[in-house]
Amino acid sequence: MENIVEVKNLNFNYGVAEVLKDVTFSIEKGDYVGLGGHNGSGKTTLVKIILGVLSSNSGDVFVFGQNVNKFKKWHKIGYLPQNISLFNPIFPATVYEVVSLGLISRKKFPRKITKEDEKIVDDALEELEIFNLKDRLISDLSGGQQQRVFLAKALVNEPELLILDEPSNTLDARTRNKFFNLLNDLNKKKGTTIILITHDIGHIGEHANKLLYLEKSVVFYGKLSEFCDSEKMEGIFGHESQHLICHQH
Amino acid sequence: MNISFFEFISYGFVQRAFISGIFVGVLCSILGLFLVLRKLSLIGDGLSHVSFGAIAMGLFFGIYPIYFAIPVVIIASIFIVKLTKKAKIYGDTAIGIVSSVGLAGGVLLASASHGFNVSLLSYLFGNILAISASETYLSIALSLIVLATVYLLYYELFAVTFNEEQAGISGINSEKINLLLVVLTAITVVLSIRVVGIMLISSFFILPAVTALQISKGFKSAIFVSALTAILSVITGICVSFYLDLPAGASIVIVNFILFLLSFLWKKRM
Repeated sequence: MENIVEVKNLNFNYGVAEVLKDVTFSIEKGDYVGLGGHNGSGKTTLVKIILGVLSSNSGDVFVFGQNVNKFKKWHKIGYLPQNISLFNPIFPATVYEVVSLGLISRKKFPRKITKEDEKIVDDALEELEIFNLKDRLISDLSGGQQQRVFLAKALVNEPELLILDEPSNTLDARTRNKFFNLLNDLNKKKGTTIILITHDIGHIGEHANKLLYLEKSVVFYGKLSEFCDSEKMEGIFGHESQHLICHQH
Repeated sequence: MNISFFEFISYGFVQRAFISGIFVGVLCSILGLFLVLRKLSLIGDGLSHVSFGAIAMGLFFGIYPIYFAIPVVIIASIFIVKLTKKAKIYGDTAIGIVSSVGLAGGVLLASASHGFNVSLLSYLFGNILAISASETYLSIALSLIVLATVYLLYYELFAVTFNEEQAGISGINSEKINLLLVVLTAITVVLSIRVVGIMLISSFFILPAVTALQISKGFKSAIFVSALTAILSVITGICVSFYLDLPAGASIVIVNFILFLLSFLWKKRM
């Protein structure tokens, strides 16, 4: 099976603070990986290194078989950041303009949005049930609506790898269910590889088929069935937590 | 003045003022929108201070000041970006350093020369109605180059302005785009000196942009409104200055400010 992400002996420090230590794992095509760990365990930092935003102190990261420092095919990756509201609140961008930004990673100079692209953006907005918000300013929307806009931006390229950082934080229960059903469909029907970051590992078993548990280093990485059968993991997580994750699956 | 509007616009110097003012105004307003949204609105002010030093140097060495100022201000703009990154200081601090050094250099040269203080003053406040034909052609040519660059790199500039980190994940080299934005700003600052003067340049960048941000319903519409505000301000400002015998640069700025106030009040009523 093709490796979509491969991380070898990765180390990362913020100044003197050690954030990631000797992290090694690989994610195969079609995996749905739940990336768990406590706050400050290095989850977001790991993802930012995979996305080329941060550079590691040592170790190698390969994305679609290519070293991340030389990787150019960013349209293959969709990313939903943790803090979607980090954009400038006075920025006058419409929902359509924000989602169309998702398409530019596959464009070459001079990057322009065509009529066909407009149709693709419209379809993404329909899929996320936000077509009615198309001409609204992003800053005028609620947190949940903004989340769906940024998800549409992440999905508009039909990425082969989708990385979502704490995606359900601002969603109501109904939207949350639809959101995870959509992810399941993408994973099962289109074979999209998904990395879902959450500090709430109770939800991982509900959706993912693999668990990567991080506490600076990899505590556990493997199939959920292996996690559930592991006495070592029961020792680390406790019976209740292990049962909660495995029961959801 | 007892002349008709048609007689007024038939004068060559008035036509040159309108053409240069509109080109430079549109340029400042579009770049200003990117700068305001990136919280870099004072870079125009900082680079105008550098241009003061560069113009003083040009006068000192007997070189046409605008030609001398273009490369100097471009180098200063690149220095601001590099200083921010290498010395790990905030952008406004880097702007403050470069701008005060430029201003100090200009004052020292003016003091040492004793001979060109009057010429230097004309650059401080500008005089759009005294723009020569060659300056008009230079304004048009450089404006077209800058506008074409903005058109061709619109999505890169939009993405980096919206969210630099996300732009990087889309494969855009944010560092290069930032550098390009300040270099384009540097060229525009020098172009604006004759139109509005060193002291008032930053208003050309800031006021149309903030007016557009009050009433626009999208990024493209913000660019359009910002440019339209600049055009309206230049035309009205020149006419007011001519008929009321007021300084043109200051008149344009005041019209710009009135348009901002109107847009602000209109938004509050919505």
